[in-house]
Amino acid sequence: MHEPAWFRWARVIVLTLLGLFAIAPVYVMLTASLKPLPDVEGAFRWIPSHLTLSPFIDMWQTIPLLTYLENSLIVCSVASVASVIVALLAAYAVSRYRFHGRQVFSVTILSTQMFPGILFLLPLFVIFVNLSQDTGINLYGSRTGLIITYMTFTLPFAIWMLAAYLDTIPRELDEAATVDGTGPLGAFIRVVIPAAIPGIVAVLIYAFMTAWSEMLFASVLTNDSTRTLAVGLQGYATQNQVYWNQIMAASLTVSVPIVVGFLLLQRYLVAGMTAGSVK
Amino acid sequence: MRPTKLSTLACAAMLAAVPLAACGSSGSNSSSSAHPTLTYWASNQGTSLQDDQQVLAPQIAKFTKQTGIKVKVQVIPWTTLLNQITAATVSGKGPDVLNIGNTWSASLQATGAFLPFTSSVMNQIGGSSRFLAGSLSATGAVGKPPTAVPLYSTAYGLYYNKAEFAAAGISGPPATWAEFVADAKKLTKNGHYGLTLEAGQIPENVHLAFELSQQQGGSFFDSAGKPTFDTPQNVAAIKQMIDFMQADKIANPGDAQYSKGTEALTDYATGKAAMVFWQTASGSLAKLGMKASNIGVAPLPLPSPMPSGGKKVTSMVAGINIAIMKDSKNLSAAEKFVKFMTSTPEQESLNHTYGSLPTVQAAYSDPAFNTPAVHTFRSILSTTAAPMPAVAAESQFETAVGTAIIHLYSSAATGKTVTSSMIGQALSQAQQQLGG
Amino acid sequence: MVDTIRVKQGVTASAPSSPPKRRWWRRGSLPYVLLIPAILLELLIHIIPMLAGVGISFLQLTLFYLRNWRAAPFAGFSNYAVAVNFSSATGQALLHSFTVTIIYTLIVLAGAWLFGMAAAVLTQRAFRGRGAVRTLFLIPYALPVFASVITWNFMLQRDTGMVNQLLMSLHLVGSRPFWLIGQDSFWSLVIVQLWRTWPFAFLILTAGLQSIPADLYEAASLDGAGILGQVRHVTLPLIRPVNRVLLLVLFLWTFNDFSVPFTLFGSAPPSQADIISIHIYENSFVSWNFGTGSAMSVLLLLFLLLVTLVYLALGRRGARHA
Repeated sequence: MHEPAWFRWARVIVLTLLGLFAIAPVYVMLTASLKPLPDVEGAFRWIPSHLTLSPFIDMWQTIPLLTYLENSLIVCSVASVASVIVALLAAYAVSRYRFHGRQVFSVTILSTQMFPGILFLLPLFVIFVNLSQDTGINLYGSRTGLIITYMTFTLPFAIWMLAAYLDTIPRELDEAATVDGTGPLGAFIRVVIPAAIPGIVAVLIYAFMTAWSEMLFASVLTNDSTRTLAVGLQGYATQNQVYWNQIMAASLTVSVPIVVGFLLLQRYLVAGMTAGSVK
Repeated sequence: MRPTKLSTLACAAMLAAVPLAACGSSGSNSSSSAHPTLTYWASNQGTSLQDDQQVLAPQIAKFTKQTGIKVKVQVIPWTTLLNQITAATVSGKGPDVLNIGNTWSASLQATGAFLPFTSSVMNQIGGSSRFLAGSLSATGAVGKPPTAVPLYSTAYGLYYNKAEFAAAGISGPPATWAEFVADAKKLTKNGHYGLTLEAGQIPENVHLAFELSQQQGGSFFDSAGKPTFDTPQNVAAIKQMIDFMQADKIANPGDAQYSKGTEALTDYATGKAAMVFWQTASGSLAKLGMKASNIGVAPLPLPSPMPSGGKKVTSMVAGINIAIMKDSKNLSAAEKFVKFMTSTPEQESLNHTYGSLPTVQAAYSDPAFNTPAVHTFRSILSTTAAPMPAVAAESQFETAVGTAIIHLYSSAATGKTVTSSMIGQALSQAQQQLGG
Repeated sequence: MVDTIRVKQGVTASAPSSPPKRRWWRRGSLPYVLLIPAILLELLIHIIPMLAGVGISFLQLTLFYLRNWRAAPFAGFSNYAVAVNFSSATGQALLHSFTVTIIYTLIVLAGAWLFGMAAAVLTQRAFRGRGAVRTLFLIPYALPVFASVITWNFMLQRDTGMVNQLLMSLHLVGSRPFWLIGQDSFWSLVIVQLWRTWPFAFLILTAGLQSIPADLYEAASLDGAGILGQVRHVTLPLIRPVNRVLLLVLFLWTFNDFSVPFTLFGSAPPSQADIISIHIYENSFVSWNFGTGSAMSVLLLLFLLLVTLVYLALGRRGARHA
């Protein structure tokens, strides 16, 4: 692939500028996490005048950070995987079939993205309370309720996006697979899904991160032991003091596994196998 | 393509089975038995949620030993407490006993979800005369039984830096506003300011506006509970606040950005400003590294002479109340717990740990509360504190007026002069938001 | 969605060599069966609570009735009347907030897409460190919102923040400007939201670019198209389905976003950055006036639905011409 010189220069400049833009606040967070508390709100220095590791040590005590981290990892992993599976089924239907009510379904599901969370919150809580009283399945104060809620929240975008990615995969691929004697679902699993891996990975990341950062519903649907990070981090804002340095330290620390996850997953964003496979 | 009968039936069954939003069903909060277990939502008062658990655990153990009643404590961060209370109110599923911010009392009272402390209930917990009059005044609407009882009290004081005062040759804290401005001007030079304000935050602005308005003889609600924002006294009070920044120039215009609730105190603690209006802050100041010998506190100054109708108010009644949910299945156990938490030994111990002020008079005989700062705050609470308007629309009032003040500070900070008529306009627009 | 040939279930290009497997579902109902899990979840978690929310807009649901919704007095359209009464202070403020939000959303949308597209195209061909660069760009997306946006608040403080420090030391400004209040607060919000949003656009577009066969680029370059030409004639048309969805959801999310403006400015944002989600929250939910808040939200929903339907209709027409 021939790359003209101007392109290579443009790439370096643009990517560097974007990189600096992305990273600048992270540097500020890092310096803030290494400062004693009074200095955090003081004038910004590139190298802080007093450096201390104590925020990284104290942060585990001020709130039960490890518990919250665990809860978040469990809830978000299960919710994102479950969401992608349900969304894939629906996206396949929307992408490959023109059925009655397709537009209605698509637009209705998208309209849920336009409603503020606080209006869902109370009716949903009441439904969960009633369900748990009627059926004994505890949906509030438990991770299950949160998982079900989060996987539903991410469904609309997941379905729309996966359908769009599936739309970019030519139908000939499906048909070529069915020629080999598999039913449509078989074609789906063996051929279409592998071709859609980049899209699936992108949507999986989206679903995970959406659940990871959701605050409002987590604040009401969890209790002390099931609380997630998004809500838990607010525990650093105590009655008399906000431990800014510990907030920064904790945020950086819990983001490390996420970033590592991104590093490992980003190669699947390019695992497209359609190139040249349909001739 | 038509849907199969099967899938249609499944959908219909689903819709029928899910109950629509049911109203306050009484959920069983805990087992009713000879030795019930109470659920208690504690607010965050200490240095961390863990810290609160550790502080409360031995006290709870004492209570269980005395009464046999177990208590499950959940410590809730302030940022989510109100959401959780709302959800509990709506669904009927909540704790037995809980802490609430005392300015929420009238609003929560209006929901009807909390047990009113009628005289019979009050007698169960030891009677209302035990409490400080000031603290008890912030427990609900006037004329109705309190919806909660005071647990921890705080008040506003004028924190000043003793070392900086001494260096500037000022002998003591100002008693009048004229002295205050003069002192602050002396201390404002070379990037150092005499006063720092949390001018971007709603509660801090509204509390100060309330206090100054009381001093002018104004009020934000009339006796019938109707809003009366746009009055000359209220305008004068807010003008005084804005003038600190624009006319007296004793506060940094950058303070208009201070919206996180911590910046002004940090500026005071790190020596960027000499004075700040703040609630009892000894714990925070220590954490911020301020030397205890430099910390001085006095009541807020008063106007001299007092305007006609003006009241000697230097603080709103701040603090935390403890309430019982009406839907609790263990009302008598809950009352015993409230009695325990407001008993003199508990009041002494908890308030000493948290750095707040006891709400019962008997606790003040404890020598631990014999410091000059506590004396100052106690006298403020007893003699010059008034509760925020005890109306159901209290939080709407705070949002509307607080936002208006924040915008006025922004105008002043970015160079536009704020006049009395601008303030009047802002207040009447704020009042319209309350439908008044 | 792109119009393509209708695929009849079970019919293939050539006769299958083995008899079709027995299905447990009826012919023609496969798409509906596939939708069932999604529909059930959406009903329980989204649709029914949302309908309850819409119902609340017709009630005077204030804190007096929180405990017992059914007793809340029927308010008819009065909650709506309050919201759309543009001669009142509330109505005017709502209109102003709406206008600010639209402009801000469009700018962020355009910026996020441009940055995301540029980065996706520039990282498409392998180079050393590409994986690290991709991960770097996703870091803003990985950080907890509260912490990262509060950091921006620290950075944008006039006297102590990094931004002014940098601008002053580079002599780009004569005196330190305000970023969190005043005129520039709008641009601060745009930049912070852009910072949080463009990595997501980058993620989605990178995945979208992968379905384009490499030989199409070869063919285009043989036809004389340079890199930009290839982007115009090969990339953009082929990721149209992905782009359409991305732009729509970016619009919806940015428009409705609460946490970024709230964390950046606190509960009383400057009027130049009075975003509608905060506006509605502060004017209703904060004071437990759920009836009014619900009415404002329903109006917002109707507006966004209209935008969506128009957008989709235009898109379908465009696809037919393509």
